[in-house]
Amino acid sequence: MNEIVVIIGGGIAGMEAAAQLLKLGHSPIIIEKSDRLGGHVGKWNMLFPDLTPAKKVVDELADSCRDANIFLNTEISSLNRLKDRYNLMLSNGISISTKYILFATGFNMFPAQKKEEYGYGIYDHVVTNADLEHWMNGNADKRMDTSGMKTIGFVHCVGSRDEKARNPQCSKVCCITAIKQAIELKNMYPDAQIYCFYMDLRLFGKKFEDFYTKAQRDHGIHFIRGRVSEVSEAMDGRLVVKAEDTLIGKPLKVSVDLLVLMAGMACNPDSEKIASQIALPIDTDGFLKSSDNIIHITSSAKKGVFYAGACTGPKTVPETLAEARSAALDIHTAIIKER
Amino acid sequence: MMNIFGFRLSASSAIDMDKVDRTLFDKLCAEEPDARRCMSCGSCSATCPAGEFTGMSVRKVLHNLQRGKEREALKMVSSCMLCGKCNMVCPRGINTRHLILSVCRIYKTEESR
Repeated sequence: MNEIVVIIGGGIAGMEAAAQLLKLGHSPIIIEKSDRLGGHVGKWNMLFPDLTPAKKVVDELADSCRDANIFLNTEISSLNRLKDRYNLMLSNGISISTKYILFATGFNMFPAQKKEEYGYGIYDHVVTNADLEHWMNGNADKRMDTSGMKTIGFVHCVGSRDEKARNPQCSKVCCITAIKQAIELKNMYPDAQIYCFYMDLRLFGKKFEDFYTKAQRDHGIHFIRGRVSEVSEAMDGRLVVKAEDTLIGKPLKVSVDLLVLMAGMACNPDSEKIASQIALPIDTDGFLKSSDNIIHITSSAKKGVFYAGACTGPKTVPETLAEARSAALDIHTAIIKER
Repeated sequence: MMNIFGFRLSASSAIDMDKVDRTLFDKLCAEEPDARRCMSCGSCSATCPAGEFTGMSVRKVLHNLQRGKEREALKMVSSCMLCGKCNMVCPRGINTRHLILSVCRIYKTEESR
């Protein structure tokens, strides 16, 4: 008999894990609360560092897991443990009994309006990284005034490394995303001056440093080391951005026509809501706590419960996919052992 | 020293970590542990109303104190109006206003001795 594995979340982690479990001969069930698979990546336009279309990645993953049992628009009403099995009640009335659960619940975008000083939702031309991708996907956005794009600003670490906003961790992907989006906008508006305001540039991944060099050398993007302290709207509707240029040590201001806020990754409160029902530990940053952060990242404190992707902390797409495969293998090994 | 050559040797502006006396900074940290938590983002300096005219910068004050440049730090601090704007923008939630008052108290009493 095929072993049922319940995967919570139909983003890239959930899809990849399902695809691998299918290949290994198990029966994954994906439970997704929204009406489509793909999660955050499904809303993105291009992925760093090779400008791979996000749609291509999501479509490929969706195709590879199409034989899984997929419940869309479905949430978990309750979860409890009975001996060595877990019972799940779904919002569509179905109940499932399983020995294996994979959390692929991902993250939430940090709500940029919480950083009121940056004027998201207050000023006319302030957007987030996600809004920009949405617009690049061909959706209209009245905040994007394409006729007057002379100066563009990018604010890194919006809600990341911010203890006051209760999101102390680095979101990992915003530095490289800002560079990617800056290059994309520069390609669209070659005469525009683009400024990236950063605290530290964390470009750790493969090809990231090349991308940064390209942004500086080939595209003339300006990097200013200083966290934006406040943004105000001038009489003519342009935005005045204030920061300290910490390398020179002087206060600096620049007027921009568009300001892009790099909203970071925050924990998904739904993960905690579900995890707390079977007393899974939550880490200090609000993300799910792996049983160890080096060799058992995909394991939880409970037997049969596994993690993959950004539910344990900010991750890139390749990291998430690697974890999904690793979790699938862990589950497979556990199933074999039980037989 | 007599200036017989028509030029003077100016004192080195380099930081010599071997000569930094950490006593006062350690004392400051004992009272204000947040003094060590600054990540030099510059939010405080960008928003400081005194900074534009006087060069006041909480970030630089902390740096100078840790590099043995107390005089520079205290000169900056003397321009602070204690308005507390830096307090509001600090992403690490450092109570900068309280910190500045402690710097004044600890370093200035030491200086007047």
